[in-house]
Amino acid sequence: MSVDLPTVKRVAHLARIKLSDEETEGLREELNAILGFVEQLGEVDVTGVEPMTSVTAMRLKARQDEVTDGGKVDDIVANAPASEDHYFLVPKVVE
Amino acid sequence: MTDLTSLTIAEIGDGLSAKKFSALELTGAYVSAIEAANDALNAYVAVTADKALEMAKASDQRIAKDEAGPLEGVPLGIKDLFCTEGVHAQAGSHVLDGFKPHYESTVTANLWADGAVMLGKLNMDEFAMGSSNETSYYGPVISPWRSKGSNAQLVPGGSSGGSAAAVSARLCAGATATDTGGSIRQPAAFTGTVGIKPTYGRCSRWGIIAFASSLDQAGPIARTVKDAAILLKSMASIDPKDSTSADREVPDFPAAVGQSVKGMKIGIPKEYRVEGMPADIEALWQKGIEWYRAAGAEIVDVSLPHTKYALPAYYIVAPAEASSNLARYDGVRYGLRVEGDDIIDMYEKTRAAGFGREVKRRIMIGTYVLSAGYYDAYYLKAQKVRTLIKRDFEEVFEAGVDAILTPATPSAAFGVADEDMNADPVKMYLNDVFTVTVNMAGLPGIAVPAGLDGKGLPLGLQLIGRPFDEAGLFKAAHVIEDAAGSFPPEKWW
Repeated sequence: MSVDLPTVKRVAHLARIKLSDEETEGLREELNAILGFVEQLGEVDVTGVEPMTSVTAMRLKARQDEVTDGGKVDDIVANAPASEDHYFLVPKVVE
Repeated sequence: MTDLTSLTIAEIGDGLSAKKFSALELTGAYVSAIEAANDALNAYVAVTADKALEMAKASDQRIAKDEAGPLEGVPLGIKDLFCTEGVHAQAGSHVLDGFKPHYESTVTANLWADGAVMLGKLNMDEFAMGSSNETSYYGPVISPWRSKGSNAQLVPGGSSGGSAAAVSARLCAGATATDTGGSIRQPAAFTGTVGIKPTYGRCSRWGIIAFASSLDQAGPIARTVKDAAILLKSMASIDPKDSTSADREVPDFPAAVGQSVKGMKIGIPKEYRVEGMPADIEALWQKGIEWYRAAGAEIVDVSLPHTKYALPAYYIVAPAEASSNLARYDGVRYGLRVEGDDIIDMYEKTRAAGFGREVKRRIMIGTYVLSAGYYDAYYLKAQKVRTLIKRDFEEVFEAGVDAILTPATPSAAFGVADEDMNADPVKMYLNDVFTVTVNMAGLPGIAVPAGLDGKGLPLGLQLIGRPFDEAGLFKAAHVIEDAAGSFPPEKWW
């Protein structure tokens, strides 16, 4: 399976990364090299094998459904590039 | 008095309680060492000298009151991947420009609670993606090691390259690190230091900037096996804030160091003998086998048939998880923002400017393998292969093997800006061929310095253990340390 330029552009948009034309071509070659490398998994017979969901034999923990944290609005917005009145500011999203 | 920075963590404890020196003097010695070395080595991306001296003073007060913790006054470097309250935490990336968390990771909080002192934040490959520390936004770390008779700069390995270089060059007594595919063990092997990746779940991941959540584990890099055991004992804990943190009491790891390995069964996997492996590494592996025989362990040949598929499976699973984890860097909540025509344009420009080439490459791979129509062929298949890799190990351990001995890396350290590695991403990825299996199976693995190659560069051996048997690894690793000795670099910086 080989990846072409339109696919690289589509994936870049899905990943929300702007690419220059030069970068797109470079990435096309690199992605194909990596996908070529992982292709060898095709040799492995996985009939009847369950996909791994947890690497250690443990149940996902549950805790009491109660409030354990909060009241940290200042802390939460402290690192925001743009904020006002405890809100994150973003460019206009509705016309 | 001997140079304070040459003391091991165990010796620091003794020296402080015998009042041979103060915690303040010790931290002062490290701060001076960092100032003198960091321009050359670039191991630290932020030095917190004032904070360190304050913490050391507080340690001295606790020592005076007889309230010293297990790591009292021990100066440590912290990988930039750990969130540290009010202190630089950018994962070696530009996208987290200016980020200073308002909270402390569980692992570092455990260290401070035990009395340790923070010297600063250590350089690393961007988001822990790399095997040479060259993908850092802050530039490469230069290894304190050089080939005999050469001035050429070498890499310290990665992604915990700053941690390994700082420990090796005596710029901290020990360091935190993280390992997703080999990022503790490969740099440890390249720098003649000891690095352990504990069992998945042993250390809390809370407050550690995520790369691939099902593989990431924190662990220490230290100068001796005993020091690594002391550090891991403090770093590990049961943490309700990480749902994958294992509900297991943390054993007394340091107590295991020095115990006899008589009767231990050490497995030698034939699949780790790879084509093109330098003769020096093969010879060292044989030496390791002889050391264990001499120490009374039993050597058995074992087979881990799916070994060669671990790396390709990893390069599906890790980028897939990374593409999801790194979606949060969007210029809204923290870090860099590059303004755009609309919100999508802002996201795309921010991420284009904020991520480096390797990170973009992995996000792209991850996005591709998870995209509609490809999920079954790539991700699901890789997770099935992962089950088989884990099963290989389970069968070996069920047959009575206590630990598996392998080389840590397929080569010694290579040069900064190595042309072969830069031309082909897969070549760089092959650095992790012996370490990545351990992450895929969630097992503990330790890299121990075992000798020097013909050029005078360190080589390491790796021991892989049963789940949660880090104590067994410390016990076994000490045999190598005992036989091989220690490997400080010759100071040139």
